[in-house]
Amino acid sequence: MINLLLFPVLIPLLFAAILLFFPKNIRMQRTFAAIGAGLALVAVLFLIAKVKTDGIQAVTLGSWDAPFGITMVSDLFSALLVLSATIITLFIIFYSFPTIGAEREQSFYYPAVLFLLTGVNGAFTTGDIFNLFVFFEVLLMSSYMLIVHGGEKPQLRETIKYLLVNVISSALFVSAVAFLYSVTGTLNMADLAVKIPQIEATGILTVIAVMFLMVFGFKAAIFPLYFWLPGAYHAPPTPILALFGALLTKVGVYAIMRTYTLFFTMNTDFTHELLAIIAILTILAGCIGALAYFDVKKIIIYNIIIAVGVILFGVSQLNEAGVDGAIFYLIHDMLIKAALFFLVGIVAVIFGTSNLRQMGGLMKTHPFLGWVYLITAFGLAGIPPLSGFPGKLLIVQGGFEGPHFWGSIVVLATSLLVLLSAIRIFIYAFWGEPVETVPLKKSTYRQMLIPSVLLVAITVFIGVGAELFMPLINGAGEVLLNPSIYIDAVLKE
Amino acid sequence: MEIIMSVVIGFLFMAAVYLMLSKSLIRIIIGTGLLSHGAHLLILTMGGLGGTAPPVVADGVSISDYVDPLPQALILTAIVISFAVTSFFLVLAYRSYQELGTDNVNLMRGTEDND
Repeated sequence: MINLLLFPVLIPLLFAAILLFFPKNIRMQRTFAAIGAGLALVAVLFLIAKVKTDGIQAVTLGSWDAPFGITMVSDLFSALLVLSATIITLFIIFYSFPTIGAEREQSFYYPAVLFLLTGVNGAFTTGDIFNLFVFFEVLLMSSYMLIVHGGEKPQLRETIKYLLVNVISSALFVSAVAFLYSVTGTLNMADLAVKIPQIEATGILTVIAVMFLMVFGFKAAIFPLYFWLPGAYHAPPTPILALFGALLTKVGVYAIMRTYTLFFTMNTDFTHELLAIIAILTILAGCIGALAYFDVKKIIIYNIIIAVGVILFGVSQLNEAGVDGAIFYLIHDMLIKAALFFLVGIVAVIFGTSNLRQMGGLMKTHPFLGWVYLITAFGLAGIPPLSGFPGKLLIVQGGFEGPHFWGSIVVLATSLLVLLSAIRIFIYAFWGEPVETVPLKKSTYRQMLIPSVLLVAITVFIGVGAELFMPLINGAGEVLLNPSIYIDAVLKE
Repeated sequence: MEIIMSVVIGFLFMAAVYLMLSKSLIRIIIGTGLLSHGAHLLILTMGGLGGTAPPVVADGVSISDYVDPLPQALILTAIVISFAVTSFFLVLAYRSYQELGTDNVNLMRGTEDND
């Protein structure tokens, strides 16, 4: 089964294509979407077991040997991210049943979600820089559709900006790939990792590395390039927002992590210094936004930006603790952001608004929701033993071992601001005098709560059982820190 | 030849930036089209233009005098993608013009005054 690593990409694609044939049958749409994501999940679990026992899996399409053909590579890092992405998509499909509304369900909502999963899993798996661009476009095209899906006025307005930003970033991506190709003569990532250290003109390669940082930074929402994110993510309904918040920016972060550990390591004094500074600025900018707004969705959206900064700071240290921490935190953040958006979505539905000032007293009517939210908020801020803690601990440790101890101090200090921003939602929405709420059917409430609680349970499990997952995380970090393992697996077959 | 192409690419990028900085939506879309054309020509130029040399190795064509075929494959993929995105953008622009009643991006700020 050398094609095993393609299944998480192909299964969602196949099911999305099948779903296109009967858009009006809601029950069939729901069943097939859930089956598709479920099968993909099974395939990823097999893949992880295989990668764990047999090492990196690589397949070159059409039997053109690497570096000439397009290579798909699955190491532990990408397999773990594919696993998180598939789990989250499955939960989002369940969460969509009661929340997204029949009209959207009948207009190709589930196919778009599965196409997005195809693009995300493909981007995580590919071993070719131009193929990465193609998978980026696959996921972007589905995201354009999802963000405008429903055609409300704010959605149309924000989609134009989102689309424009991404078109510009795609053009930059193509230009950066062109430059890289003219300098190195190859696009295969493993081959790039061999060729780049042999090139003496590090100046031009540094320029290309910074261009790639800009391209991926647009997607990942790093400091000066995050301006599009809060508006664009605020427009669509909660399940789509959760999908974007959990997956889309993380693909950009993954691309930065991959390129900046595998082959853009010729001038780390400049590039990784730049990455560290940008990461810290991203954290600070995100904190300002998270504390400034009284809108629950906006607060969590700005927390996405903070997390991107924390992860990239870990990567920029290029030592074992920093990179392991970044991988752990990346997976934690994907899950916890989806869970938070789910819970905040429930709160917003109960009050009929996402403005904190018009909320209050939910603890008396929905105590269980309150406690679940509190656990999630603690997990987000990284209070031990919850899942934010091990990752952040390793990242901070990496910073102290590396040259940027001041960055670790900022990460630690801003954890308190993250906690404050999440607890503010708790204080305003759950404490105080009860205000009038929108009547909500008991069954709908339960349907929304169950996926949220399960997702929170997974994050708690990852945090408490961190020791269980550390071998996987260490294995993933080892490949990132030793590119030769990756190169050998891809080129010597 | 490469110099001329570089100047053309630079001009396309310049025109694209100028158009994208204007306020009318349709000009912005034309700008994005020009931007991707510039990027596509850039790939072609970066691979080496090669004059009239064929991109395949066949009888009578040796390795030394054929032109790298990969940029042409890349450019084709990129053209298809940018075609799809541009057509989506045009439909989106038309739909938002119907819903929002304007094609002026200044009026699409999304602040409380311009909702």
